[in-house]
Amino acid sequence: MGRTRRRNILNDVMLALTAVCTLITVSVLFMILGFLLWNGFRSLDWNFFTKLPLSPGETGGGVANALVGSAITIVIAIVIGVPVGFLGGIYLAEFGDKTFSMFVRYTADLLNGVPSIVIGIFAWTVIVVPMHSFSAWAGGFALSLMMIPIGLRSTEQFLRAIPNSLREGSLALGSTKTQTILRVIVPAARQGILTGLILGVARVAGETAPLLFTSLNNQYFSEKLSEPTATLPVMIYKLALSPYDDWHRQAWAAGLVLLGLVLIANIAARWVLARGASVQRG
Amino acid sequence: MKRLRDGDKAAHLITLIFAASVLLVTVFLVYELWMHSSSSRAKFGFGFLFTRVWDPNAENFGALPFIYGTVLTSLMALLISVPLAVGAAIFLSELAPQRLSNICTFLIELLAAVPSVIYGLLAFFTLVPLMRHYVEPFLKKSLGFLPLFQGPASGFGYLTAGLILAIMTFPFIISISRESLLSVPREQREAALALGATKWESTWQVVVPFARLGIIGSIFLALARALGETMAVTMVIGNDPSMHTSLLAPGYTIAAVIANEFAEATGDLYHDALVELGLVLFLITIILNASAQLLILATTKKGSKQD
Repeated sequence: MGRTRRRNILNDVMLALTAVCTLITVSVLFMILGFLLWNGFRSLDWNFFTKLPLSPGETGGGVANALVGSAITIVIAIVIGVPVGFLGGIYLAEFGDKTFSMFVRYTADLLNGVPSIVIGIFAWTVIVVPMHSFSAWAGGFALSLMMIPIGLRSTEQFLRAIPNSLREGSLALGSTKTQTILRVIVPAARQGILTGLILGVARVAGETAPLLFTSLNNQYFSEKLSEPTATLPVMIYKLALSPYDDWHRQAWAAGLVLLGLVLIANIAARWVLARGASVQRG
Repeated sequence: MKRLRDGDKAAHLITLIFAASVLLVTVFLVYELWMHSSSSRAKFGFGFLFTRVWDPNAENFGALPFIYGTVLTSLMALLISVPLAVGAAIFLSELAPQRLSNICTFLIELLAAVPSVIYGLLAFFTLVPLMRHYVEPFLKKSLGFLPLFQGPASGFGYLTAGLILAIMTFPFIISISRESLLSVPREQREAALALGATKWESTWQVVVPFARLGIIGSIFLALARALGETMAVTMVIGNDPSMHTSLLAPGYTIAAVIANEFAEATGDLYHDALVELGLVLFLITIILNASAQLLILATTKKGSKQD
């Protein structure tokens, strides 16, 4: 019986260990949230959202320019990235030639895996070098490259999930393929496509590396899209590495705001998706 | 009628152009990295990869300290994160009740969404002091006879970078490994249990080997993430372009040196050397990602075939 007992003990120990592993990994999220809330929450005030950064030594000030700058670069990314992801996704799901689609899909996955710092170098070579200036354009372009693969694959997936009977029904009523896609297929997959968009924004909103030498940074509001532009993630990086206590305080606050936005976007995406799924089922 | 059919052709063409643009942009990316590293490639050749000097003033550049730091920190990260993550994936797919498993998976996916600069912020203000005051003195005292744990310890260095990378990579390993484990057909488990195996034996000797390709794929993917990870590493690695045996010593990684020096680099050769580092990083991660993709594909196919 000794052998059986040993096996049972091993069984219990190993199973308990896997539970411990899960506990450790999940608790990391709560630790991150806890630290940011603890250190960041007391620094959040009205000034933080409305004022410009002050010079070193002064206390107070905020990151208003970085909030606006982040919004601008993300909007540029959406304007460039979403049409490519959305229309490309329609091609893959509705028109695609088999071999060519496979190539596009595989390339999109590779692009998704390219380190963000390398995306930054690419944006620098194609936009910063010819324009002779760091700019919001370059930052937005870099971010759009990171959104495209997500948009492409999620659009395709959601369009493919639409049953073929819907397409056939529409075609049988005499619609052309374009009409079918625009009036039947896309509306049916609307919620899924929206989810992909939100997840794409959430992914790029926190990206820092591709912005370091594309949109760079700015102490003030930038007046033009062709000027260096402050963004929230880059601001966090600069504030954290600075030698001033008051800037560290602001780095925590900015970190809390950024994390809050990213997590809310992620949860919202799931919520839209879950609601969409139940509506379709019902 | 003809006008409408022409509309279909136009729609086909327009969407085709956008789909093709993904291909073109990626090819263009490689082309730009290649062209913008030309003077560095011409001057240093393959020796670039094996040279230990990084001296911007003398315009002498070699990538070895950065490649070393990148590989060392990433492998350390995997050493820590793989057992933890595979353990958690086993728990979530085999043991946990459905509801608990879903909640935990959701939380872990949120963890994967945390921006890397936030990890850097936390590591910089909490992990680094913790390492400097407690962990590293302890390691020196207990394992100091090994060359790995000698020399001054500031909290900034390979070990801290490896730790933060471990934390950043496990969400990827968990969520993909869990899916591979879940795609193992139930008959496999039932057969093992019917032969008298304990739950652990059935999991470890039957289910895990069945899903191994997917698990290995997820590890490759995590490795690619770790190699290319920039912000968190840049904030804790210590930024020292030389090579050390001690894990407590400061070092540098490819992504970190690009992040720190690119905006301020002066001179074509300096920029080109940094772009060439980017090219090296790009090639390594592309190869890893491509193989990970194939491995994951292979497991899901295998699982569904046996269903």
